[in-house]
Amino acid sequence: MTTSPSIPLFEEVVNGFNKLSVSGGIKKESSDLRRTRQSAFEKFRALGGFPSIRNEDWRYTNLARFLKDEFTIEGWGSDEGWEVPTKTPAPDEALIKKASIAGLDCYQIVLVNGSWDGKIAGGELPKGIQLLKVADARQDPALSAYFEKQSGWDGHFANLNAALFADGIFVRVDAGVVIEKPLHIIHLYTSENNLLVQPRNVWIAGKNAELSAIESLVSGGKGIIWVNGLSDVLVHADARFHHTMLQTAGAGVRLVQQTNVWQHRQSLYNNFTFTLPGAELVRNDLQTRLEEDHTETHLYGLYLTTGHQLVDNHTLVDHQKPHCLSNELYKGVLLEQSTGVFNGKVFVHQEAQKTNAFQQNNNLVISPKATIDSKPQLEIFADDVKCSHGSTVGQFSEEALFYLRARGIGEEAAKGLLINAFAFDVTEKIRIPEVETHVNELISQHIPVNHA
Amino acid sequence: MLTIKNLHAEVEEKQILKGINLSVNAGEVHAIMGPNGSGKSSLASVLAGRENYHVTQGEVIFKGLNLLDMSPEVRAREGVFLAFQYPIEIPGVSNINFLKTALAEIRTHKGLPPLDAKEFLKLSREKQKLVEFDAQLVNRSLNEGFSGGEKKRNEIFQLAMLEPALSILDETDSGLDIDALRIVSKGVNKLRSENNAFIIITHYQRLLEYIVPDFVHVLYDGRIVKSGTKELALELEEKGYDWLKEEAREKATTI
Repeated sequence: MTTSPSIPLFEEVVNGFNKLSVSGGIKKESSDLRRTRQSAFEKFRALGGFPSIRNEDWRYTNLARFLKDEFTIEGWGSDEGWEVPTKTPAPDEALIKKASIAGLDCYQIVLVNGSWDGKIAGGELPKGIQLLKVADARQDPALSAYFEKQSGWDGHFANLNAALFADGIFVRVDAGVVIEKPLHIIHLYTSENNLLVQPRNVWIAGKNAELSAIESLVSGGKGIIWVNGLSDVLVHADARFHHTMLQTAGAGVRLVQQTNVWQHRQSLYNNFTFTLPGAELVRNDLQTRLEEDHTETHLYGLYLTTGHQLVDNHTLVDHQKPHCLSNELYKGVLLEQSTGVFNGKVFVHQEAQKTNAFQQNNNLVISPKATIDSKPQLEIFADDVKCSHGSTVGQFSEEALFYLRARGIGEEAAKGLLINAFAFDVTEKIRIPEVETHVNELISQHIPVNHA
Repeated sequence: MLTIKNLHAEVEEKQILKGINLSVNAGEVHAIMGPNGSGKSSLASVLAGRENYHVTQGEVIFKGLNLLDMSPEVRAREGVFLAFQYPIEIPGVSNINFLKTALAEIRTHKGLPPLDAKEFLKLSREKQKLVEFDAQLVNRSLNEGFSGGEKKRNEIFQLAMLEPALSILDETDSGLDIDALRIVSKGVNKLRSENNAFIIITHYQRLLEYIVPDFVHVLYDGRIVKSGTKELALELEEKGYDWLKEEAREKATTI
């Protein structure tokens, strides 16, 4: 056992799990789900609790300083135990406004500390899409299987979420249904005391269905909130799912988000992950498993970091079957004393002939005190494949800066233009113009020149 | 408008300008010619404020101000424009936004309000027409995927938009075919006025058939070794640079 037992949060989750085991609430869950919780918790403990830099996957992301604080587990404040979550504060309108995307015609829902009040803005949902609270869905025998043991939950945090999750959002689009308007989910985290929140989200795109979803993360309150999110995404045959994450939480948030994607035949999954200044810790684990042939996967990421932020993107593209295409582009802009980590794993199994797998990570390190650790990792066991990867770390192009300045544009403004230009390769891929504009504005806000 | 006195400059500790003297008045077009490596482009770079060039001696007075004390952006706002020999591609910065930003900075510097969207669009259309610049290119990323000729024409379009007092064209003719050369020259001729001046740096006389200079200077080994009128350019075309190199060497040995 490692040092975890001396971590206050470790004690809190052990106590929490013990309380959960005897609470009445989980009796309504299937015995398989209860077994999953039990085995996930055992796995978490067997892994030594929280990871340290001795774990290869956490080598560049040292959690020690973030784990010193004490946290209470969300949902355990009441003596009724499991069933009654801590009183969820009313959504803060200013924060919702901040997260809203100007001009975007969408269905909008707000989850406060992982819990949805059932309200939908932007009109009634069309037929063929279901939105459920996970607190309800996990007790539904027909849906229980979605919360039971899944492949890919082998990490510390995924097991912890699987053991203790309480709420979140369950979204399912029926076979053949195309949802025209995007679904915008605002994840609002707010607390006056330190809190561990473990939202569990499930996305299912049925056969030949299509959905665009945008998930925005914002925060308020004085407490530190540790968000340990676990999302499972099933993209069935011929389905298309466009998934955008806008991580714009404030300084008090420590976010660990694992997203597991399973893709079936000829399906398409597009993921955009934007991480902007604020949250002091962000760790994304995005894992896509291409379980059938002829799938297409695009992973685009942009991280713009400031202050003492630590932003870590771990991605996995697991090519299990032939004729699949994956394309990954992650770009980073690192300012001040911030740290970025990129680890991109691509596995091409022996069976996965005719794979096309491309990966690129480019970084612009602006401050002398900012750092980036970039690690592409390709393991290819098939012989008839096209794979490429590249990683760059650079600074501003002196030539480009001079060109702009020679036209009268001040140095800081010129740098701002170049940062926007650097990000452009990623932002231009956004398929929804309003979202693209929104993201560009978010980026502009955080360019140093605009702070003046 | 511009007075260069005994200008010495080095790049990477190599002496490259060794005492340039030049005076340019409003309304004049000066051509600077010379063999490769004589310091023509270095002179342009020093005037525009490229940071790896270090002035070791001499001064440059522009509109009564000490040009060498200014940052590149302030020089541009005061009215110095360098048309680059190799305009850089900047993907993701749109040509039009770039120009809008540049023009706004220059206008602010002059104490003028920025143009509104409508006025800017009108100006842009007018200048596009003037220099025959393709509207399609205006909306693209800055120089991205432009041909050599399109990049040079974009430089002239920017010149037209920003209306500088002093324009320095650094080998704008290199890499241009005859049609592009004609269009670029036509643009420059339309922009010439009583109030502005041009320094045209070129290796060949060809451009000067289209943009007729008032003065021609020959730069060799970091110095202006000969000055004259447009006839000097013709003489150079005919005789090459070797005779001037000889003369310069003889002069050097006599000294």
